[in-house]
Amino acid sequence: MSLVNYATREITCKIVYYGPGRSGKTSNLHYIYGQVPEDRKGKMVSLATQTDRTLFFDFLPLDLGTISGFTTKFQLYTVPGQVYYQTTRKLVLQGADGVVFVADSQARQLDENIESFQDLHANLAEQGVDPRTMPLVVQYNKQDLPKGLILPVAELSDAINFRDVPEFAADALHGPGVFETLRGISEIVLRRLSAAGSQPATAGSK
Amino acid sequence: MQVEPRSRFDNYVVGSANRLAVAAARAVAESPGGVYNPLFVYGGPGLGKTHLIGAIGNEAVERAPELNVEYLSLEEFIEQIHAAVAVGEMERFKQRYGRVDVLLLDDMQFLTGRRETQSELLRLFNALQGSGRQIVMTSDRPPSEITDVDERLLSRLSGGLIVDIGAPDFETRVAILRGKSEERKVSFAPGVIEELARLDYTSVRELQGAMNRLVAQQSLDGTLTPAQVRAVLGVDGVVQTPERVPEPEPTLSSLFGGGGGGGDEFFSFVSNIATTVAAQIEPWKVRVGETVAYWNGEGYRTAVLERLMGEPVAPPNYEAVLRGYGHAVEQLRQLEAKISTVDPALGGNEVFRDPERLNEAAAFVEQALAGAVPPQGPQAAFERRSFQESASNQMAVRAADTVIAEPGQRYNPLFIAGPSGTGKTHLLNAIGNELARDGKSRVACVGAQLFIDELIAALQDGQIERFRARYRAADALLIDDVQFVAGKERTQEELFHVFNHFHSAGKQLVLVSDVPPKAIEGLEDRLRSRFEGGLVAALEAPDRALREKLYGRYLGEVAGGDDTELLGYLAERPVTSVRELIGVVHRLQAVVETSGHALTVDAARHELEPAGAASTAPPVTVRQAADVFFLDDEKIVWEWPDVVGRLVEELR
Repeated sequence: MSLVNYATREITCKIVYYGPGRSGKTSNLHYIYGQVPEDRKGKMVSLATQTDRTLFFDFLPLDLGTISGFTTKFQLYTVPGQVYYQTTRKLVLQGADGVVFVADSQARQLDENIESFQDLHANLAEQGVDPRTMPLVVQYNKQDLPKGLILPVAELSDAINFRDVPEFAADALHGPGVFETLRGISEIVLRRLSAAGSQPATAGSK
Repeated sequence: MQVEPRSRFDNYVVGSANRLAVAAARAVAESPGGVYNPLFVYGGPGLGKTHLIGAIGNEAVERAPELNVEYLSLEEFIEQIHAAVAVGEMERFKQRYGRVDVLLLDDMQFLTGRRETQSELLRLFNALQGSGRQIVMTSDRPPSEITDVDERLLSRLSGGLIVDIGAPDFETRVAILRGKSEERKVSFAPGVIEELARLDYTSVRELQGAMNRLVAQQSLDGTLTPAQVRAVLGVDGVVQTPERVPEPEPTLSSLFGGGGGGGDEFFSFVSNIATTVAAQIEPWKVRVGETVAYWNGEGYRTAVLERLMGEPVAPPNYEAVLRGYGHAVEQLRQLEAKISTVDPALGGNEVFRDPERLNEAAAFVEQALAGAVPPQGPQAAFERRSFQESASNQMAVRAADTVIAEPGQRYNPLFIAGPSGTGKTHLLNAIGNELARDGKSRVACVGAQLFIDELIAALQDGQIERFRARYRAADALLIDDVQFVAGKERTQEELFHVFNHFHSAGKQLVLVSDVPPKAIEGLEDRLRSRFEGGLVAALEAPDRALREKLYGRYLGEVAGGDDTELLGYLAERPVTSVRELIGVVHRLQAVVETSGHALTVDAARHELEPAGAASTAPPVTVRQAADVFFLDDEKIVWEWPDVVGRLVEELR
């Protein structure tokens, strides 16, 4: 899958929301979904496969219409945050054009955040993608919670964002920061088109 | 597309309304292609059609994992066709579906009016069924009620087993709900499920949606009682089945609801993205991409352009490459058109689809052309300047000159009629030679008999396309003795098409016959009217002036042949044709040769007027009849000038 198909005039962009369980990835998608005007709403789907246990991920197709003559479609995915859904996470991560890391700002979740962030890097590396080339932004969610419960952005940044990628404070449940994050990752992904040149623009597409 | 893994037989509740359908589906899943092929399942929305065919797919794969099972809705199928057509990958599309062992097609009711899809499906069905592969379809109505479907396809849809799924009865609904609640691992207070089943939901999907609402409510408020069911669902008694789309799964959207829906943030995001995209899209790639898409759509290989697109930055010569590609395609088209005139069957050759193989294509055409023989041309011996003009043939000759000057413009077709020996063939070939002079145009000049023979040979070899192409390639078509096509239906049909081709293309047609079109018996009216549509000019027996000119020319080299008295005598003698006149000349030449003397009037008279005949009797005929009675040429019907014309006049 190539990001920009000049022959069919399509831009398809797959963005994966990654992060520890209950950090607010799905809330991000829901806020976005709620903002899509009725006439352009596709169906938000939660796909599930059934083996002996249920694996979940959310999928939100965003049809942005025709931009500069290109039919532009964004596909937003969330991975299941719980540790034991490792397989699903890898699956969803495949072919991602960009990753939003949604961190839980609560102080007591710091370790989970760091663990999940490392997990992200490990999974990318496993798919043969250099994590340093993968467009990435970090969102510090739940900034609306009482100050006593959460860590300030600067502290979180020190702990998690060692790569110094763009970061956003957000309250995914009510909206602040959600679109800023999406915009941030989209621009990096799209900018990468020309920067990447002939290099495959997608992860794992070898 | 994958079959939904949750669609299985063991979670499909069987009731009286779907027992037959399930039995048939199981049979199909157990031996795909063996029984009930195709299986057509129909029923109202939300009654489990998709579940059922999904179950067939899953079961079949479980039994034989090597099976290639393809599940998709008709809409997806149509989209795939369109996509395949758009990128010129129709062949791959066909191959892909040709390999499917079990094809599961959902929502066949959307076939209505989709002609291309229908024909594609028909082809696919034939291929699949021919090799014993299974097809299962669903629809919300029986095949006979899907309007505007090709008869042949319809008969195939109905050719196997058609089963319907009805709305579940109360017991079945309870069973379904129990199954669903177990699957979702939720428990309801006793009586809740029964209360829900009692509500008049006609579709299982709606029933499930209602149950989902109960589940959601219960997770908030604790265990529900049966009495609360109606209140939670907002129903009083009977539920109408409104045209709403029930959520098949508890998607997050249904739980979250509207969420503002202002859309401002979304639009600002879109406009933001638009700016970024516009800045990132490289115009040169857009141009190359457009070109690729266009020529792909036209069926040309674009590998060379696709390689170009792989460049990281705009190659300095990319415009030249695009232009070069366009030129190459243009050349390929010309080559293809050229070869199609020889043999249309060669036109579709793969080599004409790849600009990278231009040289190969050119060689291919050259080779094919070398092996092709154009139709016969005019005979060089017949020259225009050796054709003498006089009052008796003036009209035809003038018309011929006009045709030579402006082929296809004035008299098209030119039809020359005249008795045998009046110079029709000469005039025809003379026109041909003039038209073909300096290779101006390719002239086909054939006798009708040759045309017929070639046609028969072409029919024998199955080369009729080639036959047509050969003739159509000519710029002018001249046919001698066209009366021979009379009574030959197949030839007339072919001539009709060739005629129309020439006429509509503004290419000259000249036809020659011994009689005018209306006097040719056994000529179809459609041809007759076309023959008469241009100019019908008559060539008549040579008049005195022409006879004198002709004798003067032919006897010019014979000793004494320039004697004016002799020429006067000869010119007085009527002849029916130039050929007869030339016969006279030959006899006189023989006289001179045998006697060794120069030709005189007396010698001529002696030779041409047999002794015993009255000196006044006009010795017209070469065929000397013994009986005096026949010396009167008016008595011998075949000696009458323009006999057919006169007969026709009489008949009228």
